[in-house]
Amino acid sequence: MEKVLSPRENFVKGFIRENPVFSLLLGLCPVLGVTSTAINGLGMGLATTFVLLMSNTVIALVKNLIPDKVRIPSFIVIIASFVTIVDLVMAGFLPALHAQLGLFIPLIVVNCIVLGRAEAFASKNTVAASAIDGLGMGLGFAFALTLLGAVREIIGSLSLFGWKFAPGDGLLVFVLAPGAFIALGFLIALVDWYKREQEKKEKNKKKVAV
Amino acid sequence: MEYFIIIISAIFINNIILSQFLGICPFLGVSGKSSTAWGMSGAVMFVMTIATIVTYLIQHYILEPYGITFLQTVAYILVIASLVQMVEIILKKVSPAMYQALGVFLPLITTNCAILGVALLVVQKDLNLLQSVIFAAASAFGFGLAIVLFAGIRERLEMSELPEGMKGVPAALIVAGILSMAFMGFAGMV
Repeated sequence: MEKVLSPRENFVKGFIRENPVFSLLLGLCPVLGVTSTAINGLGMGLATTFVLLMSNTVIALVKNLIPDKVRIPSFIVIIASFVTIVDLVMAGFLPALHAQLGLFIPLIVVNCIVLGRAEAFASKNTVAASAIDGLGMGLGFAFALTLLGAVREIIGSLSLFGWKFAPGDGLLVFVLAPGAFIALGFLIALVDWYKREQEKKEKNKKKVAV
Repeated sequence: MEYFIIIISAIFINNIILSQFLGICPFLGVSGKSSTAWGMSGAVMFVMTIATIVTYLIQHYILEPYGITFLQTVAYILVIASLVQMVEIILKKVSPAMYQALGVFLPLITTNCAILGVALLVVQKDLNLLQSVIFAAASAFGFGLAIVLFAGIRERLEMSELPEGMKGVPAALIVAGILSMAFMGFAGMV
């Protein structure tokens, strides 16, 4: 295990440094599948955040009760229950968004991030730390989805969160499937570049300090 | 003719990876080498077809008659997870050669959203059992086609000179985008 993080560091790490999408490349199916607009990205991100927060909390609560051998199936059942809750609640209260996200809501179950955090973090840490980790990771995921959705919406249909800022059509291909891959490729390259610059800066700082 | 349309549309037009975005993790994860890509697509084809049959039966003979379709997600994922385990055990006993070829990929398949995705799509599209089986097999074939093509391209990509920041995943994603664009050309076929 790495060193113990403070609650704040634990929360913030999901945004850039350990962002599930940009750095860990986990759970890319919904990332590519639902981000044709920023709203869809945000909706999916928040749904995943809820599942991640709840499943991390519950798994941290019951981790000592579950025998090690049936750990993974038990985690999956816990996660699937929360996904079902999200699915039904969204179908009831946000039917339009639910129809847009479609298949990807039940597929949160097999999102590697959720099981990944359960296995890597919640099964080894306290309830509070796991809840913070789940929330941070979830919001990091939501952030990535919204960002990708915004980029695709801006280029693809010249609008943002449904507000059209310029007349005419954009590059339609960015709203369609190929644009998802291409936009994500460039975003990951950009985040990589940002991280490398940060590292360089830190190294320089250290040199000056020495 | 109806079956033919299902097959063509599942393989090319609604390719499970390139236009539905299901199974992206293995698509990026095991497409580094052609040989692993073949192994993974074989394993997916096998499990996807069986899983679709089993979940179809569960949907129509257990969940629907008892009015508990809200348990769909929970039931499906459990069935798929245990099915993969079972396939692994049986394969080990019955066909060690096949187990050797597919073994390492089987555990990965549980979290492959393509399997659960196809099982759910079959219900959504309201297909009958035979149509479901054909749809699942064709989708799996489309998965294999995309991943093998992509692996071939990535092997070549290794040797080309790229800007530092684009190496690895970013370049792979952009290639996937172009591949997806090529598959869009099939859109008018059916």
